Amino acid sequence: MQGQSDHMVQLLTPEGVRVEHDDFEFTGTTEDLVGYLKDMVLARRFDTEATALQRHGELGLWPPVLGQEASQVGSARALMGKDVVFPTYREHAVAMCLGVPMSQVLALFRGCNAGDWELLERFRNYQIIIGSQTLHATGYAMGLQYDGMVGNENPDENAMVVAYHGDGASSQGDVNEAYVFAASYNAPVVFFCQNNQYAISEPMALQSRIPLFQRAQGFGFPGLQVDGNDVLAVHATSQWAFNRARHGEGPSFIEAFTYRMGAHTTSDDPSKYRRDAETAEWRGRDPIARLTTYLRSEGAIDDAHMASLDQEAKDYGASIRASIAGLTDKTMDEQFRTVYAEESVALEEQRREYADYLATFEEPA
Amino acid sequence: MSETLTLAKALNRGLRRALQANPKVMLAGEDIGKLGGVFRITEGLQSEFGENRVVDSPLAEAGIVGTAVGLAMRGYRPVVEIQFDGFVFPGFDQIVTQVAKMHARTSGRVKMPMVIRIPYGGGVGAIEHHSESPEGYFVHTPGLKVVTCSSPNDAYWMIQQAISSDDPVVFLEPKRRYHVKGQVNFSARPQPMHQANVLRYGTDATVLAYGPMVKTALDAAEVAAEEGHSLEVIDMRTLSPIDWVTITASVRRTRRAIVVHEAQRTLGVGAEIAARLHKDLFYVMESPVLRVTGYDTPYPPSKIEDEFLPGVDRIMDAVDASLAY
Repeated sequence: MQGQSDHMVQLLTPEGVRVEHDDFEFTGTTEDLVGYLKDMVLARRFDTEATALQRHGELGLWPPVLGQEASQVGSARALMGKDVVFPTYREHAVAMCLGVPMSQVLALFRGCNAGDWELLERFRNYQIIIGSQTLHATGYAMGLQYDGMVGNENPDENAMVVAYHGDGASSQGDVNEAYVFAASYNAPVVFFCQNNQYAISEPMALQSRIPLFQRAQGFGFPGLQVDGNDVLAVHATSQWAFNRARHGEGPSFIEAFTYRMGAHTTSDDPSKYRRDAETAEWRGRDPIARLTTYLRSEGAIDDAHMASLDQEAKDYGASIRASIAGLTDKTMDEQFRTVYAEESVALEEQRREYADYLATFEEPA
Repeated sequence: MSETLTLAKALNRGLRRALQANPKVMLAGEDIGKLGGVFRITEGLQSEFGENRVVDSPLAEAGIVGTAVGLAMRGYRPVVEIQFDGFVFPGFDQIVTQVAKMHARTSGRVKMPMVIRIPYGGGVGAIEHHSESPEGYFVHTPGLKVVTCSSPNDAYWMIQQAISSDDPVVFLEPKRRYHVKGQVNFSARPQPMHQANVLRYGTDATVLAYGPMVKTALDAAEVAAEEGHSLEVIDMRTLSPIDWVTITASVRRTRRAIVVHEAQRTLGVGAEIAARLHKDLFYVMESPVLRVTGYDTPYPPSKIEDEFLPGVDRIMDAVDASLAY
């Protein structure tokens, strides 16, 4: 596979067989893995529902996470209580793992608001402008450092920041500046790059002539490539990177080598720029299938478990569909009132102007 | 208690006081630490407050502003220095997309208490990209507040008020007036930041200016007085929001208005003032609002900058034109 390194960390093959790695091992239990399987299955169900909701006109747009579940669940499950995530607009599975009410994520794509969910303190707002969040993440990490929240003996007092970004973002100036700042200040931030092979239609080769993880060295921090469809390897490498940051050893870069199985968004047509054979090949590397195979071979799950999980996913899907009805639109009044934190006389004037305009439509009493 | 200071030193003292008052206040920018900034506005502050509170930044304006966004999210009150006006554009996306919109995008959940200091304007014989007046871009951007000082006393107080604001403030510093001296009153209650200031009372026309042009406008008023014309001079101080109360009250009396700014004319601050005054004072005014501004060319090479910049003579021409209606 082009761009795939011989050194790519893998702990579970696409066939569902555990393999050893010299530097990384999965430290969780089989029970944890059963949990990750559930996370991935529910995330995929959520994604399927969201895509369907877009097709039914309930969402304006949807960027599917299909195929990237292991990258997101594996990294999210390596987070600790005080860690903070700066996402792109596709980190739905991370949001789910952190407990963000998922209907509130749908609200953004429905056009109800611009992403004002609960838990913003931990899972920051989605960024549509490619790569902007990497600088915010770095600044936040600098703040953690100033607040003495790295390198403490008690691990509960430590924290770090994950900046998710994609392969396309690696070309952005902001992202490269984020690498520079993170390195200069030794900030506790991990750049978690999901290389899903495409920036809409543009293939990886257009963004970089070398595997992305190799760039990290030039910025002065370690980088590695991990099989992004292997939740064990993603978890193991994330844990390593996150712990480094928490311990005060600074930034690092993870390239999760994965594939966007679906379209860029529901407005996209991947058949114009990639071959069916390629998609089929990646289908053979599916993150959920390989973990299922492995856990079955271990006897950790059986048909009854899978049937129950399937039912849980169906119920979850139904709850997602139902949640749309409960979403409310931001009002123009709120739009006026939330531009500034402090009162703005100038804007208050326009708010009243609009209210007066609306009042002209009211029937006289 | 008061003292005579340059505008530059007054800013330094204001920043120092803000750093003392709130441990969450921090400064970041290129060369602001050891060097104290290319204009020495932050001189001595790093040695006093440490490298974590007065931070030398890599040479990347998007990085400076973007990391400040993250620091603000973390609860800090970052004050970033853009070294020169023309250097703000690499950071423009972070300012207009992130800093300005964050509060609205999160429906008020995330505040951006950040100050973006920009030395601006020309008249100092600088090389290109060092004499720009970019205020129009920021005034046009909802979510930002934009202010500019013209005196040491305002510099001292307004920088502290900007830092205290829970909204992002673009703080424009008139670099050609950095060395102007004036009294700074450290104890008197300061004027609110978003309020214009009538610096000279007059009856025949109101001259509206801000930042570096305030002194030029006052000079013009002196000359006009010798010629028998009484000009009122307003230092606008706040460009977003604009203090319409003070401005309209003045023009309602004088019935004539002339706006002066270094920035290019088209869709500049003067255009907004003209539109507003024509709407509010249509039946009062004796003449149209006139604008004395930089021309709609790129800022010219310094050898000819005096021809580009508004000066006393061009203001006087506008006064004559206004009075002739």
